[in-house]
Amino acid sequence: MNEHGTEHGGPVADQRSEGYGSTAVRLDQGHVEGTGRLPARFENPGLPPHIPRAADLDDAAAKRAEKQVATMFGVSMLGTLVFIVAYFAIPMETQVFMPGIGKANLSNVVLGVSMALGLLGIGVGAVHWAKTLMPDTEVVEERHPMRSGDDARRGFVKTLLTGGTEAQLDRRPLIKYSLGGALGLFALPMVLQVAGSLGPLPKDELSKTMWKKGDRLVRDPEHTAIKATDVTIGSVFHVLPESIKESEHILEDKAKAAVLLLRLEPDDIKVAKARDWGYEGIVAYSKICTHVGCPVGLYEQQTHHLLCPCHQSTFDVTQDCKVIFGPAKRPLPQLKITVDAEGYLVADAPFREAVGPSFWERG
Amino acid sequence: MNALAARRRHPAAIALLILVGLLVTGAAYAALAPKPAQASTTSAAQAEEGKKLFQANCSSCHGLNAEGTPDGPSLAGVGAAAVDFQVGTGRMPMAAPGVQAPRTERIKFSDEEIAAMAAYVASLAPGPAVPDEEYTSGEGGDVAKGGELFRVNCAMCHNFAGSGGALTRGKYAPPLRDIEGKHIYEAMATGPQSMPVFNDTNISPESKRDVIAFLHSIDKQENPGGLALGNMGPVSEGLFIWVFGLGIMIGFAVWLGQKSA
Amino acid sequence: MSTTAHNATGADRLRANDPEPEAPVSPGLNKVGGVAGWVDDRTGAAKGVGYLMKKVFPDHWSFMLGEVAMYSMIICLLTGAFLTFWFVPSAGHVAYEGSYLPLRGVMMSEAYASTLDISFDIRGGLIIRQIHHWAALLFIVAIQVHMLRVFFTGAFRKPREINWLIGAQLSMLALVEGFAGYSLPDDLLSGTGLRAAEGFMRSIPVLGSYVSFFVFDGPFPGEAIIPRLYSVHVLLLPAILVGLFTAHIVLVAVQKHTQFPGPGRTNENVVGYPVMPVYAAKAGGFFFIVFGVIALMSALVTINPIWAYGPYDPSPVTAGSQPDWYMGFADGALRLLPGFLEFEAFGFTFSFNVMIGAILLIPVMYGLISIYPFVEEWVTGDKREHHLLDRPRNNPTRTAIGMAAISIYAVLMFAAGNDIMAIKLGLSINDITIFLRAAFFFAPPIVYWITKRICLSLQRRDRDLVLHGRETGRIIRTAEGRFYEKHEALDPYTRWNLVQHEQHQPLQLEAGTDQHGVASPTARMDRLRAKVSHFYFKDRVEPVSPAELEAAHHDGHHMEEIEQQERGGATLVEVGSGDNPDAEHSSRH
Repeated sequence: MNEHGTEHGGPVADQRSEGYGSTAVRLDQGHVEGTGRLPARFENPGLPPHIPRAADLDDAAAKRAEKQVATMFGVSMLGTLVFIVAYFAIPMETQVFMPGIGKANLSNVVLGVSMALGLLGIGVGAVHWAKTLMPDTEVVEERHPMRSGDDARRGFVKTLLTGGTEAQLDRRPLIKYSLGGALGLFALPMVLQVAGSLGPLPKDELSKTMWKKGDRLVRDPEHTAIKATDVTIGSVFHVLPESIKESEHILEDKAKAAVLLLRLEPDDIKVAKARDWGYEGIVAYSKICTHVGCPVGLYEQQTHHLLCPCHQSTFDVTQDCKVIFGPAKRPLPQLKITVDAEGYLVADAPFREAVGPSFWERG
Repeated sequence: MNALAARRRHPAAIALLILVGLLVTGAAYAALAPKPAQASTTSAAQAEEGKKLFQANCSSCHGLNAEGTPDGPSLAGVGAAAVDFQVGTGRMPMAAPGVQAPRTERIKFSDEEIAAMAAYVASLAPGPAVPDEEYTSGEGGDVAKGGELFRVNCAMCHNFAGSGGALTRGKYAPPLRDIEGKHIYEAMATGPQSMPVFNDTNISPESKRDVIAFLHSIDKQENPGGLALGNMGPVSEGLFIWVFGLGIMIGFAVWLGQKSA
Repeated sequence: MSTTAHNATGADRLRANDPEPEAPVSPGLNKVGGVAGWVDDRTGAAKGVGYLMKKVFPDHWSFMLGEVAMYSMIICLLTGAFLTFWFVPSAGHVAYEGSYLPLRGVMMSEAYASTLDISFDIRGGLIIRQIHHWAALLFIVAIQVHMLRVFFTGAFRKPREINWLIGAQLSMLALVEGFAGYSLPDDLLSGTGLRAAEGFMRSIPVLGSYVSFFVFDGPFPGEAIIPRLYSVHVLLLPAILVGLFTAHIVLVAVQKHTQFPGPGRTNENVVGYPVMPVYAAKAGGFFFIVFGVIALMSALVTINPIWAYGPYDPSPVTAGSQPDWYMGFADGALRLLPGFLEFEAFGFTFSFNVMIGAILLIPVMYGLISIYPFVEEWVTGDKREHHLLDRPRNNPTRTAIGMAAISIYAVLMFAAGNDIMAIKLGLSINDITIFLRAAFFFAPPIVYWITKRICLSLQRRDRDLVLHGRETGRIIRTAEGRFYEKHEALDPYTRWNLVQHEQHQPLQLEAGTDQHGVASPTARMDRLRAKVSHFYFKDRVEPVSPAELEAAHHDGHHMEEIEQQERGGATLVEVGSGDNPDAEHSSRH
């Protein structure tokens, strides 16, 4: 059955003499000019009849509601009281075991729950009060068009234009243009001061790290030097340059100088340069991701992949840390290493390219 | 008629009789049944015992002489520690093929059997030994230092609280909850599956003890702020606020707007 | 007042009985009059406040979402002010001396140490800190759900476009405010986020390295970023937020709140309850409820356990490094953007793989959000004021566009949690990423199409309900053995909700040239406008008209007999279909 009723076709009984039905139309007749008895659209039936609530009709219900509201306000007061007592009484280190939560800080739990009760008591009480006892007859407020009346608009325009005329702006274009110039420029000193003094020019700082030839590789965070024999196949060491201890800007230097030391079977390293820059299968790569700079720490020993946890850039150590998945583009820069006279691993040269995320003038 | 005879028709009598029968049978079996191979005190015998167990349970993937097959790597040089870890945490024998072997509760072998297999594998080639009790209990470890080491070396895979993290292609770094100190040490020393090797020259035994102490401190489940939501960071917090925070607020809002009874 | 039914009282009538000024009623009132009188003597406020107290606000739970946002912001301001008494916005290095043992002796910034002190050594510090952070999260949840409500109900139409723009700005600034806030403690997780932010800045062409060095006062991390973020978070953005949000609610008061259509509600009135006493109690009570629920959450659920993350250091990082949820979409975009978008040309590096997600996404997203009301106005040619809300189903194209936008946002959000999903669902993170990259493109059209079809079907269902009434479940069996179900006509109040809306027609193109063959200067734009309008409104379902209802009655065959309304009241239902031979029940009930 569809609303068009055409399934059943046939003439429709028409000409009712009573009620509305002057001419009911068949819906497949298309647009038919009505005689005006039926309105074109439904009319708003107005507000539905008001249904009183229990508390409106029954005194006992109202009294009950009053008691409920008062109880909730009472709960609030109780909560506040508990907070005040608990604030002084509960030592800060006490723990409480709560199922599902573990050992929580008792002070935090009690202060929080009591505060919550203190607040919820008022809120729920007030809302319940409004719902049960305050009038719930709907009230109608008339709107007015947002726009001002035409008179007001004319007055506005008139005032504005008169002001302009009285200021002789139209007669004195020199004032107009010079005003424009002054206003256009006056904010520049403020902008210049803050923008210009915010920080130093980068110069070449983004392109250089503190690694120098001869710098020993030390463990992070213990700062102990590493012998080549300490590094076994499948190991990963997190290293820093030895001279970082004397740095005045330790974190800033660390943010560029953090390096990963790995050992693979030399045959597994497929790129000759990567093998040459390493030492007997020990290779060192910058730990700073070339995407946006997170430390690339995850080393998968079996697949020789380095994974960055932030956006999943994946670098293949066997292919000179080429990007094999993820949003990074450039491979991790390699640090050329060798051993010194005592067998400790040292940098053989500084990084040959900028480490970390790309930037415009990186080239 | 004595008391026992007076009660012989009691409905519980038959149940009691069955119970007694079971206990007697079980005890007899336990006393008389052939025992599985005991770990012997000499290490050569132990290795021999281990070889038998190995060939029965592990050789199908690792080869008859642990030389490796396409299904499982060679075990030469992995050391007793690796066996103690893999078998002791239920990872091996691998129950079902998959990207990696998960830790299981079901440990098929007794401690003596594990020690036997470990002795066998250790005999193949030198490798990390089962660590000393002194370092594996975590006692006396510096939790603060362990935390620093953990955050530099481990958190990037296992998450700051050891709740686990993703690796590529479906692999993962498992959560580190409630693990024996010995197994933590061994995992670091042997580098199981995707995990790199953190041998004693990388992270010293004292440092390993500190890491163990740190992890055990997290096991104490001290969550000062309340429910930790899995210690997975902002993702679970965001989920919580959308589901519960918004849900509760909408609940109150709906209640507020409803006509009262 | 023509639409008011018998027992409704106009706000005007309320005001008509306002007492004459020179008639103090009782000594008690005199006392109140004392204080109020003192103030009024000096400000003349009685008239205005009296007017405001009688203002009418409509009732719907979805109108409370904006209130949740507002109250959450107030709670943040309050708890935030407290936190400033103990938080030290300094990157200076100290060794920790407080009571959290796992960090004793560890070197950290003063900001981090002071946050630990707040959490462990200041009484009630942890609860205040947790309330602050949970309230911040809820603030942004409420803003976004509120924005969606406004969008789907068309409340942004004239005269509320300005409020929509203000709201879009509030939403965007709230994101920045939150980011600044959670970066203040200088913990490992948020510090990693700052590190990524520095990488984002570097990706800006030409100026990138300068922006990075200016913001951080040198190389990352520097010692300036924490105090600078503090200024932004405590001073700059709260001032702007409070200013914008005040303008936002003043506009709501001036323009009056919109209302859902319903019996008695027209475009020229507001039906609801007055501020005094109902809304004062309800809205005021709701503030306490929001605050109380947040306090309860803060008592029982940890948020941002900075003691577990450890202090920030550029070397370590945690698995599952995500920003707070509201930045998730940007993080997800960065995970999905492929690496080949970065390339070198003319000796310079163009990092679009970062720039698109980190720099362009938010302005573009908010730009699109901001212009939407104007696009719809252009497309409908509708210059009237709208104070009655749309039911989302009655504007299927807008609803479908909104859902498609949500689907894009959801794809990005899921992308941000790809590693968490991988371990919790046992999937490969690579597969998830590749799937979501594809979903970014194929999900929106699918969601658009499905939503539009659902809306149109729902509209047809509404038509059906009006024309044929409600199925009562009462089966009548005639003597011949035919069965049919009685339908009950909708009462006029329920029916009104289903028939009150208007459907827009697609704009008709005027002739592109005038009678002399001169092309209209706006011909091209007009053609585009007509095309977009056609796309919007070509599929529409008109609401039932009285004539159609009439026809349905006459044509309604015995299978869907419509009963006379039992409850009286005006009815358009034609009573009497005696010419229908199958109407065995013509005697009615």
